[in-house]
Amino acid sequence: MALLEFDDVSVTYRSRGADIPAVRGVTLNVNAGESLGLAGESGCGKTTLTSTVLRMQPKSAKVTGEIRLNGDNILDMTWGQVRALRWAEASVVFQGAMHALNPVQKIGDQLAEPILLHSKVSKKDADRRVGELLEMVGLPARRADAYPHQLSGGQKQRVMIAMALACDPQLIIADEPTTALDVMVQAQVLNVLQGLVKELNVGMVFISHDLSVLSSTCDRIAVMYAGKIVEQGPAADVFDHPQHPYAGALAGAFPRIGDTRYRYSPSGLPGDPPFPGDLPSGCTFHPRCPVAVERCATTEPSLIQHGSHQTACLLVGSEIA
Amino acid sequence: MALLTETPARTPSAAAGGWANPSVRYAVKRTGAAISTFIFVLIFNFFLFRILPGDPVALYTRGRNVDPESIRALEAKLHRPIGQQFLEYARNPFTGNGPSVKYNQSVWEVIAPALWPTLLLVGTATLIATIIGVWLGIRSGWNRGERFDVISSNTTLVLYSMPEFWFGMIMLIVFAVGIGPIPGMFPTGGLSDPGVDTSTPAGWLNVAWHLFLPVTTLAVIYLAEYSLIMRASIIEERGQDYVQTARAKGLMDKMVRRQHAVPNALLPTMTLVFLNLGFVVGGAITIEYVFSIHGLGSLTVDALQGPDVPLLQALFLLFSGAVIFANLVADLLYGYFDPRVRT
Ligand SMILES: Nc1ncnc2c1ncn2[C@@H]1O[C@H](COP(=O)(O)OP(=O)(O)OP(=O)(O)O)[C@@H](O)[C@H]1O
Ligand code: SF4
Ligand SMILES: [Mg+2]
Repeated sequence: MALLEFDDVSVTYRSRGADIPAVRGVTLNVNAGESLGLAGESGCGKTTLTSTVLRMQPKSAKVTGEIRLNGDNILDMTWGQVRALRWAEASVVFQGAMHALNPVQKIGDQLAEPILLHSKVSKKDADRRVGELLEMVGLPARRADAYPHQLSGGQKQRVMIAMALACDPQLIIADEPTTALDVMVQAQVLNVLQGLVKELNVGMVFISHDLSVLSSTCDRIAVMYAGKIVEQGPAADVFDHPQHPYAGALAGAFPRIGDTRYRYSPSGLPGDPPFPGDLPSGCTFHPRCPVAVERCATTEPSLIQHGSHQTACLLVGSEIA
Repeated sequence: MALLTETPARTPSAAAGGWANPSVRYAVKRTGAAISTFIFVLIFNFFLFRILPGDPVALYTRGRNVDPESIRALEAKLHRPIGQQFLEYARNPFTGNGPSVKYNQSVWEVIAPALWPTLLLVGTATLIATIIGVWLGIRSGWNRGERFDVISSNTTLVLYSMPEFWFGMIMLIVFAVGIGPIPGMFPTGGLSDPGVDTSTPAGWLNVAWHLFLPVTTLAVIYLAEYSLIMRASIIEERGQDYVQTARAKGLMDKMVRRQHAVPNALLPTMTLVFLNLGFVVGGAITIEYVFSIHGLGSLTVDALQGPDVPLLQALFLLFSGAVIFANLVADLLYGYFDPRVRT
C-alpha cells in the first residue's frame, strides 16, 4: 500500500452553468519517503488534483474516484476526520506563499497554531518546537516574533516550509514552492526542502513547471497535460529520455520518437494549453503536437507501460512508426 | 551605492522601547500630525471669519441691540494687531471671540448644555450600530449567498439608501404618535419630561425612554453602513491565501473566521467607525431636528440662521476638533492592530 493513492480521480468544476473537467481520471501513487514531481503547464490541473488530498477543493468542484491516504479514502471521511488529518498527516506549502501567512499575526503564533491544534502540548513546548522548526529551515529562532511583512520572500517561503513540517506529517505537498522567488533564493529554498524531506523521510509531491528542477529534486516525475497524466517514470529517465512529445517539450529535449528535425523547448511549443472546458478531440495534445498523425485527432491514447515509463501517446511503444 | 541603499539592520534590542521602538515612533508621529492639523484649523477658523465680507463689527453684533459703549469696545478690540487678536483667540477659542450674538451668553455656556445630548445620542447609537453591524456583516459575509446573507444584506441595503429624515419621520409617526393598532409608545421629542431630575435613576430611565427612538433610528442608519462594509471586507478576506492556509491546518470553520479572517477584516470597519464618530458629532443634525433634541446639531442650525458668527466659529472648531481627534484614535488603533502600519 502506497502512502498516497489517487485512483481514477476526476475533478470537475462547475462554473456559470458549464462543467470544467480540470482533472480527468488520474491514477498515481506516492510511497512513504518518496518524492514525486508533478509537472505541466499552467492550468493543466496540478493544484486541482493535489487540493483533493486535504479536501481543499472549492465547494463547486465535484470529485470522483478514490484518494487514499494510508489506505483510507479521504472522500468518504467526515469533516471531523478530514480536519484531524489536515496538517497532521499531510500538509501543504502553498503556491504563492507571499500571501499564505496572516499579515496581522506573528509567525511564531502561526507556526504554533497547528501544533497546539493537533497535539496535546503546552504553549511552552509548542514555542520550543517553533524555534526548532525555524532553525531547521535556516532562520534564527527569534524570528518567531516577526510579522510576515518583516520577512523577505525567501524567508516567508522558509516559514511556510517550517510550517508544513510542524506536525511531522507523512506527506508534504509543495505547490510551486519557489516560483515567486528569484533564482538564487529558489536554489536555497529548494536545498532546504530537499534536505529536510530526505532527513525526515516524508513523502512529497513537488509541483513545478520546471522539469529540470524536478529531475534533481524528485525520485519520480509525472507529467500532466489537460487534466491527465501523459507520462510517468523515474525522474532521470523522464527528464533525459522523455517518451511523450509533451514531456519532451518540457524537458527541452528531442522526443525520442518521430521526426528529429523538431528541436523544440517549452517556450518553443506552439499554442496554448487547452481550456479544460473546451478540450480538443482525440489526444488533447494533438493541435500542438509536432509529430501528430491523423488518428491523433480521433483516438484518445491511454497510459501504457513502456519500459520504466508509463506514457499516453499513440506513437510510443509498439506503435512507433 | 551599496552604502546609500543599506538600511540599518533591525535587531530586537533596537525595538525595545523609546524612540527606536516603531510603535512609539508611530504614535508620536500621528499625534504630532493631529496637533499640527488642529493648529492649522485654529488659524484657518480665525482668519476665515475675519475675511468674510462686511463690517466685522456688524457681523459680530448682528441683530442685537448693542449700546454704543460695547460697540466702541468691540471696535477697539478688532483694531488691535491681528497677531495679538489671534493669540487671544487661540488662548481661549471658545470665548475669545465674544459672546454668542443670539443667546447673549458666552459661547461656551451655549455649547455646553447641547454637548451632552448629542454625545449621548451619537455615542449610544454608534456603540449599538457597531456591535450589531459588525456581527451582521461577519455572519452574512462569511456565508455569502446563504439565506441569512440574502435577507440581511438586502435589508441593510434598503436601510442604507433610506433618507435619514424620512426614516426618522416614519419612526416618529409609527412609534411615538401611533398609527392604526399601534399605540404611540414613545415620547415625540426632547431628552426628558419637564421637571424630571435627570440625576436620579428614575431620571435616567426617563432619558432612556426619550432617547429610545432617536437612538434606534440613528443606530439603524449607521448599522446598515457598518454591516455592509464589514460584509465586504470579510468577503475579501475570506478569499485570501492565509485563510486557505488556516483551513488546511485543520482549524474549524469558526476558528478560521475568528482568529484569521475577522482580525484582518475589522481594520477597515474600525477606521470607518471612528471617522464617522468624528463627523457625527456635528452630523446628527437631521435626527436631532426630527426628534426635537437640543443638541449640537440643532444648535448649528440655529447659529446658521443668525448667522451667529462667534457661535458658529466655536462650533466649527469643535467639529473639526472632533474629526481630528477621531481620526487620531483610528490611526492609533490601526497601528495597534496592524503591524504593517507601525513600521
Ligand atoms: N475554482 C475554480 N472554478 C472553476 N475553474 C477552476 C477553478 N480553479 C481552477 N479552475 C480551472 O481548472 C484548471 C486547472 O487549474 P489548476 O489551478 O489546477 O492548474 P495548475 O496546473 O495548478 O496551474 P498553475 O501552474 O497555474 O498553478 C484551470 O483551467 C483553471 O482555470
Ligand atoms: S498521441 Fe498523437 S498527438 Fe498525442 S502526443 Fe502522441 S503523437 Fe502527439
Ligand atoms: Mg497551481
